[in-house]
Parts: sequence; C-alpha cells; structure tokens
Amino acid sequence: MCGIVGLHLREPSLYPQLGALLTDMLGQMCDRGPDSAGMAIYGDKAWSKVGESTVSLLDCPVPATELAATLSASLDTTVTGFDLDPTTILHGVVGAADLATAVRSVVPSARVIGFGDDLTVLKGVGNPIDLANRFGLPSASGWQGVAHTRMATESAVTAEGSHPFSVGPDQCLVHNGSFSNHMSIKHQLERDGVAFDSANDTEVGARFVAKQLAEGVDLEKALLMLNETFDGFYTLLVSTADSFAVVRDAISCKPAVIAETDQWVAMASEYRALANLPGVDNARIFEPEPEEVYVWHR
Amino acid sequence: MAPVATTEATVLNLVTSSTRAVNERLTSPEAPKTVTVTGPQGAHALACGLDSDIDVTIDGHVGYYCAGMNQHATVTVNGNAGVGVAENMMSGKVHVKGDASQSAGATAHGGLLVIDGNAAARCGISMKGVDIVVGGNIGHMSAFMGQAGRLVVLGDAGEALGDSLYEARIYVRGTVASLGADCIKKEMREEHLTELRELLDRAGFDADPSEFTRYGSARKLYNFHVDNASAY
Repeated sequence: MCGIVGLHLREPSLYPQLGALLTDMLGQMCDRGPDSAGMAIYGDKAWSKVGESTVSLLDCPVPATELAATLSASLDTTVTGFDLDPTTILHGVVGAADLATAVRSVVPSARVIGFGDDLTVLKGVGNPIDLANRFGLPSASGWQGVAHTRMATESAVTAEGSHPFSVGPDQCLVHNGSFSNHMSIKHQLERDGVAFDSANDTEVGARFVAKQLAEGVDLEKALLMLNETFDGFYTLLVSTADSFAVVRDAISCKPAVIAETDQWVAMASEYRALANLPGVDNARIFEPEPEEVYVWHR
Repeated sequence: MAPVATTEATVLNLVTSSTRAVNERLTSPEAPKTVTVTGPQGAHALACGLDSDIDVTIDGHVGYYCAGMNQHATVTVNGNAGVGVAENMMSGKVHVKGDASQSAGATAHGGLLVIDGNAAARCGISMKGVDIVVGGNIGHMSAFMGQAGRLVVLGDAGEALGDSLYEARIYVRGTVASLGADCIKKEMREEHLTELRELLDRAGFDADPSEFTRYGSARKLYNFHVDNASAY
C-alpha cells in the first residue's frame, strides 16, 4: 500500500511544531507500510545549519566525526557531522553538490540520500514511528516536511529503498504505487548520462523530475511531462526548495487527500493522517483529480 | 429476561472507544435505536455490517468502508467518507453530507446512498441494485459494469461513464466527459421522469428531472461478437 504524508506550513508560528505534527501524521499511516520509512525536513536549523549545506548518507563505513575530519582536510574547510543510525548527516560551508561529490569520493560505498541547503533526509528499516522517535523527528522544526511508510513491492526492504528519493538539490519525491515502464525510461536517462543508485522504480521518477528541473523546467511542467512519460500507478508528493506538489496517474487507484487552510497545506494517503492538524475542521478538504498537477509555492 | 432495547439517543465517542467496541455496540441485540458517534477522525470500517433499523449519525469524517454491507440501518455521515462507503449495501440508507472517495456504493445490492458533495472515481462500480444520488460531480469509470439500480448525478460525470454497463440506469444533469464502452445516451420518457422525480425526492434534492439526460447500456457487449473485439 505505502503511506504518504506531507505538510507545507504557511504560518511561521507553526514552524516549531512541524516535527510533532509530521510525526503524528506518519503514525497514522504506519499500517499502510510497516517495513521501512523515510522522512525529510526542510528548515530545521540543527539538521540543516543556516549558511551551510547538508548531505544525508546511508551505509557510511566510518563514524561521522571521522568522515567529517577527512572531508575538512580534502575540502580545506570545516565539515561537521553526526550519526543518526543508520543515517549520517554532514554540514559544510561549501556547495551542497560539491560536498556530496566529495563524500562520494571519500566513502564510495556510502549512499547519498539527500543534499541541499535547507533539507535533511532520514531513512531506516523498521516501524516508522519507532524510527521517527529515534531520529528525534517530534522535536524538529521547519517549514515543510514529507514522510513515507513503505510496503515494498518493486525492490527489497532496505533503508535505500525507502522514500523519499532525493536526487536533486533540496528535492524529494515520495510515491505510492508502482511504475510499469520505468526500465525503458531508466535506460533512456542512462543514455543521457544520468546515474542511478538503486533498482527502485521510484528512483527513476525522481531522476526524471530532477533532470527536468536541472534543465530549467518548472515543477508543474516537469510533473506534466512525468504524466506523459510514465505508466503505472502513482500518487506522488514532490517537494523542492520552495514548492510542494501532488500528482496522480490517470487511473487514480492509489488514494490521496489534500487539506488546505491559510496556515498550511497538507497531503496524505488517508484523511486520518490529517485529523489532528490544527484548524483541520475549517480546512478545504479535497481529493486530487487524476493527472492534474497541484503545486503550492512558498 | 431478554434485554430491552433503549429508545434513548446514545453518544459513542471514538476518541475514548475503539472502532471495534463501537461497531460491536451498534450490531448488538441491545443496540440503541438512535446513536451519535463522535470523534471518528477518519476511522476505517465504521458502522459496518449493521443489520437492524438503527439510526446512526457520525459527526465528522470517516475512513474506508464506512457503513459497508448495510442492511436496514440509516447511517448519516456529517463529513467526508473515504474509499468504499456503503460498499455492498443490501438495504437501508447511507447519507454522506460531504464528499465521498473512490468506489462509493460499490457492488451494492439495494438501499439508497446519498452523497451531498462530490464522489470520486468508480462511484457505483458493479452496482447490483442500489440507488445512488450524488449532489455534486462523480469521477471516472463510475457505474462500471453496473448491473442494476439507478445512479443520479446532479453535477458532472468524469471519463468512461457506464463502461461495460448491463442494466443499471444513469441520470446526469451536468456534462459527461466521455461514455464508456457500450454506454449510450437514451430518451427520457415519462416513466423515467417519474422515476427520477421519486429518487430526487427520496434523496432530498430539489431538482427538475427534465434537466437530466438518461444513459444506459446499448447491450452490444452481452455476448462476444468478433465485430466488437475492439471495444473489449
């Protein structure tokens, strides 16, 4: 099944509650995907230090402090890091893409699961709410967050296979469903020079969107292009440095519900994930139409 | 001594009770005749399998399969309903005052399902005798393989309305994005105006039957015919 939750805050006074609200939303979706989970937070000042870039890693073979010291020497700048098992977080006064490249060079066996100026990605295997509590999600702050509970269908139950797939700067894509023609699209992207980390079908969608955005296409257009290119079942939540977007396939068999108030926009697989949001009783609640792209900007 | 059913209104709170406990109370021989359920918060399978003439009002939004398999009971949802509301209903009435998600009234054999707002995709899929009246719009593939019953839509219908329809009758006041295979527009005769007026009255909608268009099966797909192969 998989469960998707996302919260885009418009009201700054709610920023300190982002992690707590997202944790509650995630908790309601545990039974849609109890095997693994991932979450991404935009704007937590501890996880994404102001003025520094952030890189999130999985399978780092050395402790974060040791890797940070090595990177500090190779980049000739101060890099700091800490472990949130199994995720590792690194910060540095250097471009996020440059820091990610340096990480790949120093620890090629580790996997970059997110990079950007404002974004931290955390993933793990196990009960989603246990993971969220272990990572400290309830006390996180920020302006936007997405999370996913995974019921694996297309690839193995690993932390790498959990969503969000974050393959472009400050970008995340979470998916409920499966793509049926992803291999042919993957081969075309590879011919165009795009490299892949996993056998996961959702990564193909994320790479596709990231490529369009890198080429200057706006998010709405990129998702319309995705609709034209991908077959299969998908409800997608896509977030960027300033946007929050939802799109569903033409058949729309995977559920989605959106609630919107002046204070926030939220999306989830089911209403019960939205039930405790502040002011939800006065929200405009609706189900997104098939193949229609919904985008909110900061 | 046999328990005596109370006629007093009873309030059950889902914040303090489990869905299972509430459903057990609603289906027990001692169930009150009139019940209000508060705090549903999107719970699944609420008021499912009711089989007496109990009157249940749910204050808030419900999740999947609310009032499924209903017989005799009247269930009113003061909010939105998730996937499969009134699925496989046999009789009675289910009234959603907000929107309904996908597959509302799927495979239902009888009774009346009223949705004041919009219904999403596959409304009335494989309906087998239920009457469904929707105040707003319905999504794509609605009444797919509909076998019996009536689907009334005061708003617009999405793509492939009535695809592979058998004998269910469809009345739409607004636009239809497209008709599914074997579904055609049909003449509104006096008997249909009468039937529609009665359905609108029962559902509590004040609308003029003459503004509606009737759709039904062209009956070309009942038996396989090679000339229709492209339509399958």
